[in-house]
Amino acid sequence: MNSSALTIKNLTKTYSNGFKALHGINLEIPHGDFFALLGPNGAGKSTTIGIITSLIKKTSGDIKIYDIDIDKNFVKAKTFIGLVPQEINFNTFEPIKEIIINQAGYYGVRREPAIIEAERLLKKLGLWEKKDQFSRKLSGGMQRRLMVARALVHRPKLLILDEPTAGADVEVRRLMWEYLKQLNNDGTTIILTTHYLEEAENLCKNIAIIDDGKILENSSMKIFLNKLKNEKFILYTENEIPEDLNLNCHSLHIIDNNTLEVSIDVNSNINSLIEELSKKDIKVKSLKNKTGRLEELFMRLLDKNGK
Amino acid sequence: MENNLNLQLIAYKTIVRKEVLRFSRIWKQTLIPPVITNILYFIIFGNLIGERIGEIEKFSYTDFIFPGLLLMSVITHSYTNTVSSLYISKYHRYIEELLVSPIQNYTILAGFITGGVIRGLSVGIVVILAAQFFVNFTVYNILLMLTVITLSSTLFSMCGFLNGLFANDWDDINVIPTFIMTPLTYLGGIFFSISMLPGIWQDLALINPILYLINALRYSMLGITDVSVTFSFLIIISFNIIVASFCLYFLNIGKGLRT
Repeated sequence: MNSSALTIKNLTKTYSNGFKALHGINLEIPHGDFFALLGPNGAGKSTTIGIITSLIKKTSGDIKIYDIDIDKNFVKAKTFIGLVPQEINFNTFEPIKEIIINQAGYYGVRREPAIIEAERLLKKLGLWEKKDQFSRKLSGGMQRRLMVARALVHRPKLLILDEPTAGADVEVRRLMWEYLKQLNNDGTTIILTTHYLEEAENLCKNIAIIDDGKILENSSMKIFLNKLKNEKFILYTENEIPEDLNLNCHSLHIIDNNTLEVSIDVNSNINSLIEELSKKDIKVKSLKNKTGRLEELFMRLLDKNGK
Repeated sequence: MENNLNLQLIAYKTIVRKEVLRFSRIWKQTLIPPVITNILYFIIFGNLIGERIGEIEKFSYTDFIFPGLLLMSVITHSYTNTVSSLYISKYHRYIEELLVSPIQNYTILAGFITGGVIRGLSVGIVVILAAQFFVNFTVYNILLMLTVITLSSTLFSMCGFLNGLFANDWDDINVIPTFIMTPLTYLGGIFFSISMLPGIWQDLALINPILYLINALRYSMLGITDVSVTFSFLIIISFNIIVASFCLYFLNIGKGLRT
């Protein structure tokens, strides 16, 4: 029904100390998207999110959430948003269940349905057994999950996650990914900022890269990744690699007797390289990407921008 | 429109509930200290020193100072409740829970102020209960008494809120109570009638707004006052309107809350 979950037009922000954090950025995020907003530290990601959620006052520009102008009807516009902030920001002396129920109350959800929703979310995120504990007693990973539960209790259509897995261990990160994918499949539009580019590459459909308060790239993840001309792989072999090995690839580097680094054209097939090695009696045991494709492109883009 | 009102009402109730639970959980820090302080006042000023002072306008000294002591407890705790609650929520950043939600600024203000008033009134009740053992507790006009206590509590809750908005560190939440509120309260006629003051000090005492609160409450309890009760009410209501306007103005510009 609504084609656009978030529309940002000519958004600028100059802080009181004169620092210009945003230079007129434009973004359009369609409903149902899983959108990555990436950039180095201080690029303007958190300022953008802060303005969308009204924690930061914009200098100029327009923001619409599901076609509702945030300046004209902020009450309605904000009911659509759920925010998982970068830093832990709940009352650590409040029981976990109360944190969730109170947040629902701030969005106009009555206490009875809020209690039911809190139970559902806490069970889903593996926190139900801790419901009566003070939140300060939770581990870091549990606190991250609590912030996700809090952001979802009023069933927002647009979920904004500002580095939700920062500092979380692998297990928590995987659990969070699965849950976010499921939410997105169920129709929630998600905006994600993260320093784990693998996370964005695996989850997101569209991407914007911001640096120095300007959008450097805004496209679909697929189109963006296709810009990568070469891809680097590390191959682990069963038998020893001869020093004079020669292969039909962009570049080749022997790391040790059983490890090989190759760079191939993104349009070529890794199977042909493995076959070529096989013909030379070198069996490939396993292989991996040297760096994520997104990370490679991200670094190139920032290099171009003078970083 | 109706949906918005409904949302704001639920949000208001949520803030009030949270505020009341906050000070109730730590009742040993919030409700017991004023009882002990007031009992000490009754014993030292009332019984030991008061007997030597004698009666003031036909009331024992303990009975005379009780309305002022009661008011001091109520306004101090109303102030402390909002300033500490708001500042701690800023310090730990959980104020952001409110700021990102669709709550209007007037709802945030009303929620915090109601929490402060409930704390002030709770302290008032426990102080009155403790006073039964030391004071001949009388009420001249119950409606007037409740109105003065509630309006005074509201005024100082709002002052605490304003202080909380401006506070940038822990020192900032103690400066105004220590250097402004406490001296004005003590000089506002808790322990004396301004008719006891010599010459110019009587005129200077009239500049102190807390004098009018204490006298309005003393009138509602004992039927005696140094100043006009009508004028006192005008002062209380005017200050409530002025401070409420300041609170809303600074909330609307995001002072201390939004960057």
